[in-house]
Amino acid sequence: MTFLELTKVNTFYGLSHILFDVSLSVNKGEIVGLLGRNGAGKSTTMKSIMALVPPRSGFIRFKGQDIKGKDPYLLFRTGIGYVPDDRRVFADLSVDDNLEIVYRRNGDWTKEKVYQLFPPLAEIKDRRAGHLSGGEQQMLTIGRALMGSPELLLLDEPTEGLAPLIVKALENQILQLKSMGISILLSEQNVKSALKLVDRVYVIDNGRIRFEGTVKDLETNEEIKKRYLMV
Amino acid sequence: MDTGALLFQKILSQIFVGLSRTTILFIVSSGMSLILGVLRIPNIAHGSLYMIGAFMAFSVSNFFGGGSQGFWMALLLAPIGVAILSLITERGIFQFLYKREHLMLLLLTFALSLIFGDLVKLVWGAEYKSVPVPQVFHGHLTLVAGIPIPLYNLFLLLVGPVVAILLWLFVNKTKMGKISRAAAVDRDMVGAVGINVSRVFAAVFVVGCLLAGLGGVLVAPTVNVTLGMDHTLIMEAFLIVIMGGLGNIWGALIGALIFGLAQSLGILIWPQFGIIFPYAAVVIVLMIKPTGLLKSTW
Repeated sequence: MTFLELTKVNTFYGLSHILFDVSLSVNKGEIVGLLGRNGAGKSTTMKSIMALVPPRSGFIRFKGQDIKGKDPYLLFRTGIGYVPDDRRVFADLSVDDNLEIVYRRNGDWTKEKVYQLFPPLAEIKDRRAGHLSGGEQQMLTIGRALMGSPELLLLDEPTEGLAPLIVKALENQILQLKSMGISILLSEQNVKSALKLVDRVYVIDNGRIRFEGTVKDLETNEEIKKRYLMV
Repeated sequence: MDTGALLFQKILSQIFVGLSRTTILFIVSSGMSLILGVLRIPNIAHGSLYMIGAFMAFSVSNFFGGGSQGFWMALLLAPIGVAILSLITERGIFQFLYKREHLMLLLLTFALSLIFGDLVKLVWGAEYKSVPVPQVFHGHLTLVAGIPIPLYNLFLLLVGPVVAILLWLFVNKTKMGKISRAAAVDRDMVGAVGINVSRVFAAVFVVGCLLAGLGGVLVAPTVNVTLGMDHTLIMEAFLIVIMGGLGNIWGALIGALIFGLAQSLGILIWPQFGIIFPYAAVVIVLMIKPTGLLKSTW
């Protein structure tokens, strides 16, 4: 069954048209990659799903239900976790409080479980989130989304600006989340990193989906790679 | 007694007067700052709620036969009355307008302050009202250097820190407080982790307005309760909040201290023009730190 399904989604910022008939789907248990350059429309796609920038037309279905027009907090409560590319930790609050205030669905995620997945966070749980390094903030935003025991995770460029060693650790953690049954829509500019993780790929450019297929399909398609991904 | 000692006595006694004024200013402006910081509403009607708090104190106090019992009941019930009124306003009007620009909100709250003003005239009339100081607080206490301090002022000096501590606990120790701190900076993201921000806003608005009402009750026994008491206060409260840093509750505390003390000591320095001093203090503070003394949440 298709878990998340976008059909012909059009999104605007004010008057400027950003997403053009974007259609994509994520099946249960999959990691799906959304690849594209800076400004291609990856973040806007994520925000459209999370209703932070509500689409003007099209359909978004999650677990078979139409979710377009619902408030972000209700989407979170139906099981969608959102990890924004600019992280947006609650800077004034401690690490622990960042996790504490999240709405808890009936699920098995607890602070302890988040700290198990990201051990470095446990050591700095009383530190103000605004004082964390980029890598630590990234762990915290993912942990924060996990506190709601999501069934689907929207990861918007999680490796952006992180050191290679941290990227590597993060890749492992993302695979762990998949093994726990969480479906993931992962947007990335870092194609090399993304292709190690994903099951299927969409390539987006100028707000339009330009390619859809398996990792193998993409790897053999030199033209798409050259034109839209600069690899 | 030599002149030095006399002057010292005078200064000290004015400081006590200033500190009790500070208490009122702090209670009212901390509520305003809370609302400004979290909901981003520059609430001009905050002064009206303070005035309504004072008038409600009069009515409740009268209902319970004036005297001590009347005062304590007023202290309990009038802020709750103001809170209920503010909840109606928030759910009825404000909740639909958070996305509007600040100017719109400012105009709306200005309109509300006019409406509340007329409402007060309608309900309580235009005459002065007075709320008696409760029996327990009649008289003076001599603490230091032979200065007699009215007991009610001492009571205010106790209430101030109690409110500050309760507010600190609310903001730092309760989940609602933590959420409101997060929402002050990034309300969209707070929504994206499953929190119904609209409800949080309603709660914070009510807490802030409750403080306005409480300030009104506390000031009632020391002044003539009258129409127009909202105007002076809203001006002062805005200046205090700006001086302390928009949205910063502790800034409001420091701002209230500076304002209250400048007011009371200014009278000592230059009695005819004492009113200038607190405003001069605001100018000096803003010249040195244009964004306010403490970190603003804006």
